[in-house]
Amino acid sequence: MTATALADLVAGRDAGPDGYVRLDVTSDLWTAMAEGCAAGRHDLSALWADEGRVRMALNGEDRRAILSLKTESGAYPSVSAHHAPALRLERAMRDLHGVQPVGLIDVRPWLDHGRWPGRESTARYDFLRVEGDDLHQIAVGPIHASIIEPGHFRFTCSGETVVRLEQRFGYAHKGVERLLKGADVAQGARIVGRISGDSTVAYAWAFARAVEAALGWSVPPRAVLLRGILAELERLSHHINDVGGICNDASVLTINARCTLQREDVLMVAAACFGHRLLMDCVVPGGVATDLSQDGVGQIRDLLARLEETRAEILRVYDALPSLQDRTVTTGVARPELVRQYAAGGFVGRASGRAFDARKAFPYAPYDQLDFEVRTRVGGDVDARLLVRMDEIVESLGMVRQLLDRLEPGDIRSKPSAFVAGEGAALVEAFRGDAFISVTLDDAGRLGRVHVRDASWFQWPILEAAIEGNIIADFPICNKSFNCAYSGHDL
Amino acid sequence: MRSFLLDALRRGPATVRPPAPGPAALEELAKALAERARQRLGRSLAIREVDAGSCNGCELEINALNNPVYDVERFGLKFVASPRHADVFLVTGPVTWNMREALLRAYNAAPEPKWVVGVGDCAANCGVFAGSDAVVGPLASVLPVDLHIGGCPPAPMEIVKGLLALMEKAG
Repeated sequence: MTATALADLVAGRDAGPDGYVRLDVTSDLWTAMAEGCAAGRHDLSALWADEGRVRMALNGEDRRAILSLKTESGAYPSVSAHHAPALRLERAMRDLHGVQPVGLIDVRPWLDHGRWPGRESTARYDFLRVEGDDLHQIAVGPIHASIIEPGHFRFTCSGETVVRLEQRFGYAHKGVERLLKGADVAQGARIVGRISGDSTVAYAWAFARAVEAALGWSVPPRAVLLRGILAELERLSHHINDVGGICNDASVLTINARCTLQREDVLMVAAACFGHRLLMDCVVPGGVATDLSQDGVGQIRDLLARLEETRAEILRVYDALPSLQDRTVTTGVARPELVRQYAAGGFVGRASGRAFDARKAFPYAPYDQLDFEVRTRVGGDVDARLLVRMDEIVESLGMVRQLLDRLEPGDIRSKPSAFVAGEGAALVEAFRGDAFISVTLDDAGRLGRVHVRDASWFQWPILEAAIEGNIIADFPICNKSFNCAYSGHDL
Repeated sequence: MRSFLLDALRRGPATVRPPAPGPAALEELAKALAERARQRLGRSLAIREVDAGSCNGCELEINALNNPVYDVERFGLKFVASPRHADVFLVTGPVTWNMREALLRAYNAAPEPKWVVGVGDCAANCGVFAGSDAVVGPLASVLPVDLHIGGCPPAPMEIVKGLLALMEKAG
């Protein structure tokens, strides 16, 4: 069977309330859809094991589907055998669920480091061989020089030039999906809100949408608008911080000082308005936990004005510093064909011309009512990733203003009518890209299989390629410009 | 660039007034340090931060300690890259099995005297990750902890209070 397009597969089928068409497939069709990913007919959005089945979420032009295939004694045809971006996903599935992707080209463990009680192993983890004259290796991490999350980078260099980077992750693996199984919805929301603390609003929102879709639970209009405000504040706080971080890695500390000051301003307003600096536990299934006062509306409006001023000033200084642009322009280029193949989201994708944004591609309320653009650049370098963030700050400022204008008094949270067994999924645009979640619930409101896929799964591998041929001293600035998640990836 | 400097002059310092050391932290430390070697550190502490499996929430707030508002270097608190330069280990997260060895190696690489501060609810009791089979347990099950700074995550000011208390006792 040859590559099949998603549109042909789902034609005539109804999507669930979450926008996903669900269907069982044969192993032939499964493989044909994997080949379709490789041929660029549709994008691989997620891949996970689910009690005797493997499941594949796909994004098409304007349709989404979740395919299910029964495994045979845990075996199923490997997706990564046809479509490389699935490779780490399948290695993780083997580690966590014991499924066997038949045809898997790399059978090394991924999240399992041989340390889990009852499964200890002293087997050595072999990095891929790199051969050539005058090569040396540099091992970095899992503990890094600065205050960041744990992960290992194995560089092979020729002099100062990086010949190859291989990443190894899993250090922050906390068994999130196993903890979620059997938890109630309220506890589930608290756990999911801590999968990646920097994207707590996005994750909590994704979880809430998936649960609400499963239960037919409607959310009050005011809560929908407040969710949008919370999510955009989260995005603004990180985008401005990342711009500072990138400049810091090029030794322009004054820009970083200004950016971190502006980030602090956002967090202080967030704490004053919603009671938590990072906005944790603010989005809950059924609505939001904290209302925004009239005074809070004023505080946020003032904040937007200050952010706008800071952004303009930073951009002016950035444009006027050739020594800074010397570090960012043409550094760490993410090739557009790779970005397309991996369906890399967020600023990584958009800085290489991939105009995907979950808020626009599969609009969810309140974004379906908002006026905004998906901003892209084509350079694919550190400079483009910085400037896409700058562009997105403008869009977010506009979105928050529109949301504040639309706020009407009303409830901020509704109760579910009754728990029913069901399933729901959601795709939410976190600050670093699209985050996917799939949730099953039993009729007592207990969570079953919850699967979460951070945007980083499809961005980290591109960093390996983007650093190739750059000097090793430019790795920090490249890494900062990607700003992928460790905890969000390791689960 | 000049505009930044002019702005800074016009607006005055962004830095907040230093807080008093947290009373709860002082009490916990009085207990911990009475039994341990004390040495004058010249009222400065070199801090090695280790993420032992956190969600990154604590890291965001620890990073904020270096922004112009909190600017903890004015108190003699400096983050260092090498554990060999460290007086204090600032550890976040429920310690995962996959990070346990790296944490122990970093700790063992630091010279005595050294102190361990657990930041965030996860370090104290694993937080929402309690009960996970991928997690060793609270920080105290892996390292001798001198001080816990609670919160999910603790706000920068709470971390400053705890560290100032540590400096007062340790110095």
